[in-house]
Amino acid sequence: MSGDWSRARRDRAERLERARGLADGKWVEAERVPALLEALLRPGDRVCLEGDNQKQADFLARSLARVDPARVHDLHLVQSVVALPEHLALFEKGIGRRLDFSFSGPQAVRLAQLAGSGRLEIGAIHTYLELYARYFVDLTPRVALVAAQAADREGNLYTGPNTEDTPAIVEATAFKDGLVVAQVNERVDRLPRVDVPGGWVDHVVRAPAPSTIEPLFTRDPALIGEVQVLMAMMVIRGIYAEYGVQRLNHGIGFDTAAIELLLPTYAEELGLRGKICRHWALNPHPTLIPAVESGFVESVHSFGSELGMEAYVAARPDVFFTGRDGSLRSHRAFSQLAGHYACDLFIGSTLQMDLEGNSSTATRSRVTGFGGAPNMGCDARGRRHATPAWVRAGREAGGGGAMPRGRKLVVQLLETYREHMEPAFVERLDAWDLAEAMRMELPPVMIYGDDVTHVVTEEGIANLLLCRTPEERAEAIRAVAGYTPVGRGRSRAAVEALRGRGAVRRPEDLGIDVRRATRDLLAARSVKELVRWSGGLYAPPARFRSW
Amino acid sequence: MEHLAFEIDSREEGGPPRPPVLVGAVGSGNLEVLVEPGGTAAGRCRVEVHTSAGGFGAVWEAVLRDFAERHPVAGLSLAVNDGGATPAVVSLRLGQALREYRGRDR
Repeated sequence: MSGDWSRARRDRAERLERARGLADGKWVEAERVPALLEALLRPGDRVCLEGDNQKQADFLARSLARVDPARVHDLHLVQSVVALPEHLALFEKGIGRRLDFSFSGPQAVRLAQLAGSGRLEIGAIHTYLELYARYFVDLTPRVALVAAQAADREGNLYTGPNTEDTPAIVEATAFKDGLVVAQVNERVDRLPRVDVPGGWVDHVVRAPAPSTIEPLFTRDPALIGEVQVLMAMMVIRGIYAEYGVQRLNHGIGFDTAAIELLLPTYAEELGLRGKICRHWALNPHPTLIPAVESGFVESVHSFGSELGMEAYVAARPDVFFTGRDGSLRSHRAFSQLAGHYACDLFIGSTLQMDLEGNSSTATRSRVTGFGGAPNMGCDARGRRHATPAWVRAGREAGGGGAMPRGRKLVVQLLETYREHMEPAFVERLDAWDLAEAMRMELPPVMIYGDDVTHVVTEEGIANLLLCRTPEERAEAIRAVAGYTPVGRGRSRAAVEALRGRGAVRRPEDLGIDVRRATRDLLAARSVKELVRWSGGLYAPPARFRSW
Repeated sequence: MEHLAFEIDSREEGGPPRPPVLVGAVGSGNLEVLVEPGGTAAGRCRVEVHTSAGGFGAVWEAVLRDFAERHPVAGLSLAVNDGGATPAVVSLRLGQALREYRGRDR
């Protein structure tokens, strides 16, 4: 075979040559970054502007928004999280045209407006793993703009605890002849550890201010209500103890924070230490501290870090994954894989559920995306290793054939009414309207009904594994839908029949005294108590300090 | 502010009337419940609700009927000041108020 097989490599060399006068070795001064980006980028390039769930390459984002749109335009942005105003400013200025992403939390409304006006084309909304996977197939970045804590002269990168997406992005870009530019908080002679080798990095800039990180996973125990305590009691007794769940992932929110804070009290009282919740795929949630200190938790692998948890994590290397420097090494891609394949249970809160059990956090005017929940909140059909919890769930699901199979436990938590008396159970998800308005091929469903095994509300637990027909599933969901219009459409006789065989279980069926559901059952009732549990190692961000 | 009043059938617990109790606090998403003896016909429980969330009379009635079916509350009057609590919080708070009322003599 003859021909030209190295066009990307040559193109890369040309771009680096154009940028040569702007850099001293790999290092570039902050004020020259817009010029550097104009030299490195070509119109239509596919660019990963590192926006993770927590860490943001915010200086590079601001610099990219300052390039001349006559020179750099119509970029195709591929990034997991669209969190900063600058991310969307790119599209307002015509620097960006197309976007493939996973999650857009704080920018959800503006993103919907830009997409509606035609200034921004959405390629697809992904889960994290799905987007990383496409980095290695058909969405490989030509240029990656990433963030790290520190770099040395050769451009080796130290990410600190928030490694997050960086290794996945850099790997895909660097090994397909792309270009990698990193912003760092400091330049040092000797790094505490190397998270990304300098040979994979083309340019480094010291940002004028440290990169932005949000404490997304901190939940103040003072804001946990009694209903959440009650639901946590049901989950511990009716699901964790019942199936012997040892390996799990918790979603973000007050509902799961309540479960974490009930392990040292309620679960301990039930004799469950060592029998449940031993291995976790989880960010270092401050509300997990009491469970760690009480000996429930053996290991935690993390997607990212959490502000304030650095010293605590560093002091518990038997539990957390840490580097030789002592600090956490997180890794979103590997932790998502761990949550998908090696956990027996995913549990998370949702906003809306229909009678098939489909759930969604989408509302009409917001394009929030998915993040990582669907990677963990689904049955891992490629899984082959057996554990008691997985085998039992598979047995309950039946399936008709002779071949036994396991099943991931996927639990959805929701109060029957949200605040302002919005019913959480509906006949039709808002996701349908959003799909119509945005001309999306599919309604954005966070967890599909056929993956959900248990629905937990203040009214009880619906075990969908034990339901044999779509009608039975709908009736089991109605049974726990309380006083919502959907719930009040239930048939008393049908619910009692489901209760008779355990497909619906009320608190009293689980041996739970509802009156015990008070905040007194929480192992910590304030952030200050979490600090005390940590022996003073947890240093909460200022906004969580009230003392 | 909406005002609702219900007279609901229930069972009688028996025993002497006890001093009134007040449980909870009015705040956004929360409520206070006053339980006191009397003020109602035999075999009935009287409930007065002042709520900041209008238009949920049918939901209140369903929540209160279930409560009166599960617990013997005939012969009692309940006064509820609601700051837009969900039915989940209402049910829990009613249960706590009743326990507080009964618990006095134990």
